[in-house]
Amino acid sequence: MIRGLLWVLGGIVLGGIVHLATVLLLPGTATRDAYDRLLPIAPVNSIAQLPAPTPEKAMLPFMDPAFSADVCRYDLSNGPLKLTTPVSQAYTSVSFYTRYGVAYYAINDRAAGRRVIELDLMTTEQHNQMPEEEDVTAADRLIVDSPTPTGLIVIRALAPEPGLMPAAQSVLAKAQCRVQAQ
Amino acid sequence: MRLLIGAFLALLIAAATGLGTTWLALTRGTTFGAITIGAWTAWPKTGTADIDPYARAAIARSGELPIGSGDGIAFHARRDDAGYALDGRCETLLRGVTPAARFWTLTLYDPEGRPVANSASRYGFTSQEITRFSDGSFQIVVAPRARPGNWLPSGGADRYVLVLRLYDTPVGAATRIGREAPMPSITRGACP
Repeated sequence: MIRGLLWVLGGIVLGGIVHLATVLLLPGTATRDAYDRLLPIAPVNSIAQLPAPTPEKAMLPFMDPAFSADVCRYDLSNGPLKLTTPVSQAYTSVSFYTRYGVAYYAINDRAAGRRVIELDLMTTEQHNQMPEEEDVTAADRLIVDSPTPTGLIVIRALAPEPGLMPAAQSVLAKAQCRVQAQ
Repeated sequence: MRLLIGAFLALLIAAATGLGTTWLALTRGTTFGAITIGAWTAWPKTGTADIDPYARAAIARSGELPIGSGDGIAFHARRDDAGYALDGRCETLLRGVTPAARFWTLTLYDPEGRPVANSASRYGFTSQEITRFSDGSFQIVVAPRARPGNWLPSGGADRYVLVLRLYDTPVGAATRIGREAPMPSITRGACP
């Protein structure tokens, strides 16, 4: 009887370990995360338009249909990336996600404070290798450190009413994302 | 023999409890760092690099890209103020004001996060589209058939989720519940 209880207790303790292990390992093994879902439409290091979510087809769950969105799937192994986007009349934001969908940085047009949002994206090593004087002269350059060498940048422009959607889309059509010339 | 049966039993229990609790945690959502105001719940940490391991696993599984904290915050509601699950066959009233934000959007999704099909092709409202009372408050009617005023079609879906997103807002992890962040009430109206 007691031995049976011990087996049950051992099983529950082992179950706890299984639980923690699966939760921690799941992001690395998931095959339908945002990055994988966007692979077919998003070429590496360039801008692609994210189709608006409809009841029949939504690329990602819980997308805001009031926004026009562009995605840039980045790979920093060939050098830092430069992202520029004009801002729309209403509201524009740029969000950075790691390979596993963690939103590590986001900025909106007002925080960026100009008519064009300009950001440099690099890995921490690339940032450390930057010549120091360049770092100083570029004081007003916005530099973002990516925790992973690959990931996603999503640029969103709000259409406050459906009739303004084409305007939001045309603003995002001017967004650029490309590897910086060395 | 008894040893073998015991070990088998223990492994069976381990697999069942371990995988069962993981599945529950990822589908039901966890409460780490959640702020709940009335029927609305948000997870401000999920939009930062400090995201907890459960939310990290949940977004990897669902494929969602959470709204970054520098962008805004998303409040989800699956039940009304009285605790009833939101039912698209019923009439549901949203009334009140929203916390300070440059813009907000309200969107209706099915439980998997897809917009719900309806004849008006309306999936939500933005703060600029809404008609308001003279005191600045508003009322939105979620109903399967057309209503006067701010009508958000539910498409007759039996379960749905309302998501209120605040953009460029001071509301975040440090927000205390109450006067700082007044959220609209959700009440059930006529139900067939």
